[in-house]
Amino acid sequence: MTNLLELRNVSKVYTRGLTHSNPTIALRETSLTLKDDEPTILTVAGESGSGKTTLAMLLLGFIDPTMGEILYKGRNIRSLTGSERMAYRREVQAVFQDPFAVFNPFYTVDHLLTVPIRRFKLAKSKAEARDRMEEALTAVGLRPEDVLGRFPHQLSGGQRQRINVARALLLRPRLLIADEPVSMVDASLRANILETLRNLQRDYGVSIIYITHDLTTAYHIAKSIVVLYRGGVMEAGDVDSVIKSPQHPYTQLLVDSIPWPNLDQRWGEHAIIARESGLHDPGACPFMPRCPKAMDICRNRPPLFQITPHQAAACYLHDKLPSVDAERLSELLPA
Amino acid sequence: MQHMTANMIEPKQSDTNAIVPAISEPVLRVRNLEVTYYTDLGRAKALDDVSFTLEAGQKLGMVGESGSGKSTLALAMMRMIKPPGRIEGGSVFVGDTELMGLSEAGMRNARLNKIAYIPQGAMNSLNPVIRIGAQMVDAIKAHLPGESRAAINDRCVHALRSVDLDPGVFHMYAHELSGGMKQRVCIAIGILLEPGVIIADEPTSALDVVTQRQVMETIDRVQDQIGAAVILIGHDMGLMAQFVDKVAVMYAGRLVEVSTVREIFTDPKHPYARALISSLPNLDNKGVFQGIPGLAPSLLRIPGGCAFNPRCPNVMDVCKAVRPDVLTLEDGRRVACHLFDAEAAHDQSA
Repeated sequence: MTNLLELRNVSKVYTRGLTHSNPTIALRETSLTLKDDEPTILTVAGESGSGKTTLAMLLLGFIDPTMGEILYKGRNIRSLTGSERMAYRREVQAVFQDPFAVFNPFYTVDHLLTVPIRRFKLAKSKAEARDRMEEALTAVGLRPEDVLGRFPHQLSGGQRQRINVARALLLRPRLLIADEPVSMVDASLRANILETLRNLQRDYGVSIIYITHDLTTAYHIAKSIVVLYRGGVMEAGDVDSVIKSPQHPYTQLLVDSIPWPNLDQRWGEHAIIARESGLHDPGACPFMPRCPKAMDICRNRPPLFQITPHQAAACYLHDKLPSVDAERLSELLPA
Repeated sequence: MQHMTANMIEPKQSDTNAIVPAISEPVLRVRNLEVTYYTDLGRAKALDDVSFTLEAGQKLGMVGESGSGKSTLALAMMRMIKPPGRIEGGSVFVGDTELMGLSEAGMRNARLNKIAYIPQGAMNSLNPVIRIGAQMVDAIKAHLPGESRAAINDRCVHALRSVDLDPGVFHMYAHELSGGMKQRVCIAIGILLEPGVIIADEPTSALDVVTQRQVMETIDRVQDQIGAAVILIGHDMGLMAQFVDKVAVMYAGRLVEVSTVREIFTDPKHPYARALISSLPNLDNKGVFQGIPGLAPSLLRIPGGCAFNPRCPNVMDVCKAVRPDVLTLEDGRRVACHLFDAEAAHDQSA
């Protein structure tokens, strides 16, 4: 069984200035495996600065890890060349947050879709290219005659975001990295885009990494979830268990702060401890300064403790339970 | 017209008594407000005959899709509509002051003093090269020229404290603050002069859930302190459920429903409001995605009759021909939909 994409102990550290002082650990020793034969939807959740976009950039090969390696079908993505590199570029696609910023306003939608077809030589003739475009647009629920030949400013945010998904789909990707794909879209259109993404996974066998801070949509679309805080995995597992019974104080805070559209499900009563901007001890649990249940032992970074076969939390509140090797994180995530 | 105007004015015995114990005179009365943008492609009616009232201490949620006129409404109330837009008519009373009739100088004074506006992305509007404190002092000096230095400082420190910021923020620059802190600075500036009405336009759209909750709880507390009415503009129904007392639904520049938050979530009347509610994700309906079919109409080409008729599941012949008036139902709810014509007529004859 081959792995589609594998992160092995990947860390990304940003340093400032010539002296490399005050390093910021954007992602810390993270291991993650996506299998080739089991398309899944994995949510990576966390607040601003948790390292979720860093993870997306690493997976897309836009930045290099400081430590560790990223393997695509068993090969380090930094050493890919020629046709292998083309295959990786084609099979790992992205949908970004802002559907208004990714279009070149001077070109029609056709341009955005024909460039990848030409670049990857997906069609033999213009007619075939046109067919591929229409097929991809139909798959995301757009009528080709509504959008082809039009300029980006003539389209709504929801239409643009679906065109982005169509562009990715056109390349028959194996993995789609969706970085906050619905946060800039009207609430009424979110449902449509999320449904499109889910159908991609179901009908086309595309794995999706859904990066978000919105646990409501994560719950609806994903099978499994990894919760990041300051570059570290706080909790991971099956999305139902993690959101319905969060075990890490940070996940509890996140879940507690979801504005559910339900009058009988109010925001929790727990006071929020604001995030400190100052430095904190890199050896400690990153959530310790804000944690209502912080203990002395939290000065040492906790490992992941296994709560159920499909849920683990990095918190000493669960230290009676067996710990899980961080490299085996993916085994907790149901496909 | 006479008949319509009568309907537009909200009855005083609104059933929000349960939520706000002390009912006073409405602090805000908006009547028949109309705004048109004169573009090269034609006239776009961005605000069409919008009327509502709000009492002190009440929180109103203004929801609708992009382009439905939510932000235009806020700008119109502040008289900040820029050409090619024009306020065509209507009145806005804050207490006894009618804003539309004020001179430009009078309006400048009323802004922040009587009615404060926290625009979308306010946190990016702080001046990066001037300390937070100086920006706050500026705002006070413009409105209270006689105020002593000590009194001004007091006001600033008090405002910062009430949004849970350290008074030390007074001496800081915007880049030294996080997004949530900047947003709270903007709220602090908004409440400096304790206005009667605060309009917050998507105050948390760029913030993550935890910070969002902090900011909303700050607005909630500050509102309690100064007793202002708050209008929260947004499209996140979850936030509305957590925060507001009343919800106004806008569609293509008109108010199509005004109900209490409980009514709108349990028994939405207008078909658009129904679609909005049923498109919401919840814990119980995992994996069910129900969007609203169709697209919001362009304001340049608003469909005849009811603007929602091309997307409406309950469309009738009359919807394509006659624009529905805003009806007041028996329970004080207001709906602009022909489905309720009979009900409203019955109420009037009874």
